[in-house]
Amino acid sequence: MIITDETIDYVGILAKLELSDEEKLQAKKDMSEMLDYVSKLNELDTENVTAMSHTFPYNNVFREDVVTNGDDRENLLKNAPEQKDGCYKVPKTFD
Amino acid sequence: MAAIRCLRHLTREADKMNITGMTAAEIGRKIKAKEISVIEAVTACLDAIEQYDKEYNCFVTVDREGALKQAIEVQKKIDAGELTGPLAGVPIAIKDNMCQEGILTSCSSKILSDFVPTYTAEAVLKLMEAGAVIIGKTNMDEFAMGSTTETSYYGETKNPWDITKVPGGSSGGSAAAVAAEEVPCALGSDTGGSIRQPASFCGVTGIKPTYGRVSRYGLIAYGSSLDQIGPIAKDVTDCATILEAISQYDKKDSTSVNRTDNDFTTALVDDVKGMKIGLPRDYFTEGLDSEIKDAVYKAAEVLKSKGAIVEEFDLGMVEYAIPAYYIIASAEASSNLERFDGVKYGYRTEQYTDLHNMYKKSRSEGFGAEVKRRIMLGSFVLSSGYYDAYYVKALKVKALIKQAYDKAFEKYDVIMGPVAPTTALDMGASLSDPIKMYLGDVYTVPVNLAGLPGISLPCGYDSDGMPIGLQMVGDAFHEKTIIRAAYAFEQTKEYKRPAGVSERGL
Repeated sequence: MIITDETIDYVGILAKLELSDEEKLQAKKDMSEMLDYVSKLNELDTENVTAMSHTFPYNNVFREDVVTNGDDRENLLKNAPEQKDGCYKVPKTFD
Repeated sequence: MAAIRCLRHLTREADKMNITGMTAAEIGRKIKAKEISVIEAVTACLDAIEQYDKEYNCFVTVDREGALKQAIEVQKKIDAGELTGPLAGVPIAIKDNMCQEGILTSCSSKILSDFVPTYTAEAVLKLMEAGAVIIGKTNMDEFAMGSTTETSYYGETKNPWDITKVPGGSSGGSAAAVAAEEVPCALGSDTGGSIRQPASFCGVTGIKPTYGRVSRYGLIAYGSSLDQIGPIAKDVTDCATILEAISQYDKKDSTSVNRTDNDFTTALVDDVKGMKIGLPRDYFTEGLDSEIKDAVYKAAEVLKSKGAIVEEFDLGMVEYAIPAYYIIASAEASSNLERFDGVKYGYRTEQYTDLHNMYKKSRSEGFGAEVKRRIMLGSFVLSSGYYDAYYVKALKVKALIKQAYDKAFEKYDVIMGPVAPTTALDMGASLSDPIKMYLGDVYTVPVNLAGLPGISLPCGYDSDGMPIGLQMVGDAFHEKTIIRAAYAFEQTKEYKRPAGVSERGL
């Protein structure tokens, strides 16, 4: 499968990655080779197969809607690159 | 007089040397019998790391101070009769993708190179409750993405059997630290073979438990439908002992399964009479190194001579596991790794224009090449227009792979084969060609896709003297069956140490 510049730019947006020109070139090659390789799966007829996300039948795990964890704000903020007034600080998002 | 003192000193040193050569269970027994103290056991490991880890680079972080503090506390509890289990006082290392409160947990990535968790992973807590002493955090492929431990931000780990070769990955630091006798045992994690393959490359033993057996709370996620935590140690007994300690239902992990059969050490029985072992004929094809093939067949003969019924059969689906795995794992990785954006934790780029630019730059500067490659692939296969063709297709193939195993387990108790098609490769040999590296996971990834338990243990050595691993796979939640089979096989073999380790003198 040929990967175009547009595709790489689009996937870069989805992946939130900013690739250098050199990285883009490499990514095009890698992704194209990998997609060719995984297309091997098309040899299999899966028309009547149900997609399996988990091998074990999991049920939804419910609990009462009661807060059990305390105020962990201080701990949560400990690793924040920037914080202000007990909140995460991010660059301006709108004017 | 001076001579006697000198001799005494040497004997003391020799004792220390011996400690690092012991298994976890032996150390635990000697501590219980007051033959050695917890401090002595922990110090022996810390000293070994200080002396030898410059060469191997198994550790990202060594917590000397914390380990010595834990040792004193554990010794007190042992003396007071509060801690009586087999792991009380035993030093252990943790792969650097499991959180430990107050200790750098980097996932061997630049993006988490300053991340100090404020809580501890459930599996690590369970070990602490059992009295194990956490020595430090081991090196790994960045975010567990790789099979060689070469993609680490902290430099590659070297194989103690031959430092020009890789230790395998992604739990390469854990496996190499055990082989190098820096610690008797370690925790690893296994998404596509990351416990079993490095255990195999380093001549030690590792178990990937059934999906759901061990809580992943506090494990930094890679492929959530595949990840499991498990032990790496010198023998099956240690692995079963550690697995027993860390297996428990945990409501904090919604995929945790409530089981009552976590008493794995009861399966340490040297008896395989009547056990049905299947060798997938389709594993022994062209790509497999002939020395590994011979070693696995020889192991089959050994088990047969002990009364097991060994047969060859066609498992099927073998060549479809890797493509399905890389679609599913990359898709899940692209989603799981979205959280690293320079806001809540980890690396933030220094210069940016706006929020979006900050996200992109932080991630692009913080992630390494292999991680970016998988995030890109994962984002693509999940994108609109390709989701059904790739991601859903892979999930359907996963169902077919599970069916193939289900059919096999109707006839067999254990499916046995190699761990990897080669022994440890030369450093740098697989980095240039990702697909070639991925192909090395052919025997391990199907086990993760099907959620099954697998054990890897040494079964021989190739002509270069590198260890060859044997893999035994059981049906879901049948860890005990593979532990028993592996234990029985292990009784026919001596544990072999790497030359560099056995040559360590006083």
